[in-house]
Amino acid sequence: MHELSVALGIVKIAEEETAKAQAKNVELIELEIGALAGIDFESLDFVWPAAVKDSVLENAIKKINILEGIAKCVDCGTIFTINHMYDSCPKCKSNFKGILQGKELRVKALEVV
Amino acid sequence: MCGTCGCGSGENGVRIQNPKDIKTHEHTHSHVDAKGHVFEHSHDGHFQEHAHTHEHEHVQEHQHQRKIIDVEKDILHHNDLMAARNRGFFEAKNIFALNLVSSPGSGKTSILERTLKDLKDTIPFFVIEGDQQTLNDANRIAAIDIPVIQINTGKGCHLESDTIYEAIKKLDIADQAVLMIENVGNLVCPSMFDLGESKRVVIISTTEGEDKPIKYPDMFHTSDLCIINKIDLLPYINVNLDILKQYALKVNPKLEFIEISASTGEGMEVWYTWLKKNRNQPKN
Repeated sequence: MHELSVALGIVKIAEEETAKAQAKNVELIELEIGALAGIDFESLDFVWPAAVKDSVLENAIKKINILEGIAKCVDCGTIFTINHMYDSCPKCKSNFKGILQGKELRVKALEVV
Repeated sequence: MCGTCGCGSGENGVRIQNPKDIKTHEHTHSHVDAKGHVFEHSHDGHFQEHAHTHEHEHVQEHQHQRKIIDVEKDILHHNDLMAARNRGFFEAKNIFALNLVSSPGSGKTSILERTLKDLKDTIPFFVIEGDQQTLNDANRIAAIDIPVIQINTGKGCHLESDTIYEAIKKLDIADQAVLMIENVGNLVCPSMFDLGESKRVVIISTTEGEDKPIKYPDMFHTSDLCIINKIDLLPYINVNLDILKQYALKVNPKLEFIEISASTGEGMEVWYTWLKKNRNQPKN
């Protein structure tokens, strides 16, 4: 259940940014989470109300943009969609790949009042 | 244009800016909009809306309260920062720090005990033990006369870099030492949390089954070495280590493997050689 740590990390960032902007509350929080980032979205939803209680995020709408995994084969250069870390290159079957997208775990934007 | 930082000043609408690029400072300036209104105001940063202190001649209300902050910040930013701080401390003191991760019961503490007993006369060791509850593991290490700190995470399922930071302050680690950080037994959560370690070592025992690496790929993806423990049990169980390694290599083609038995001592010399070799390797 590392999702609680992740949710608390989100709260920390939101608190800091809201204070910097001299705003009071967050109306909308936009997150970018990669499909390979190791986040279980149901777990995140489950811990969310407890994590945001009494914070600037308490009444905020949470919007998550899920970014699909994209990898580039180190051996033949093919760029392919990757659903699991153990997926190999569809063209040459190599396991050596660089993850281009899908490990993101980011607070993208806040809409504050 | 603002003379202090070069920010534009002609906009009246919502401004979307990256706070990371902006320095906070107090300054006053004025600008004129298209209708000839003169705005005078001060900023003590740049993300807030203009406080409109001027009188309006027109009647409509300005709706300027809502703002969008373009944050673009990693959620684990704080953990990564503190990990970088730990890593800098380790490098400055030439400390080789290992983060030992595995499921509960794979034999992390037994491997550690045997390693410390065998090598403590040649290498200065320090240990951080992570468990949800009890001092049991720390007591086992302390019994071998090795400086140890126990972190009890309570309900927490992994160690984080700021707790390691606090622990290393208490440990008073010697230069050239080897620091063993035994993470909470959990093959999922600790994978996301960099502690500042030099190398990550994942331990799997033969009884766990050969498909563990693809069932829990993140941990194997982020590790440098995979220790396969309890090989003395191989005659009694139906596990093919070659298949296990193939699965692990699919997730992480750079992973190295060492097969050992912490109870019989088989293979421990290979692990000690790896430890000594990597300890002396210059950092990138």
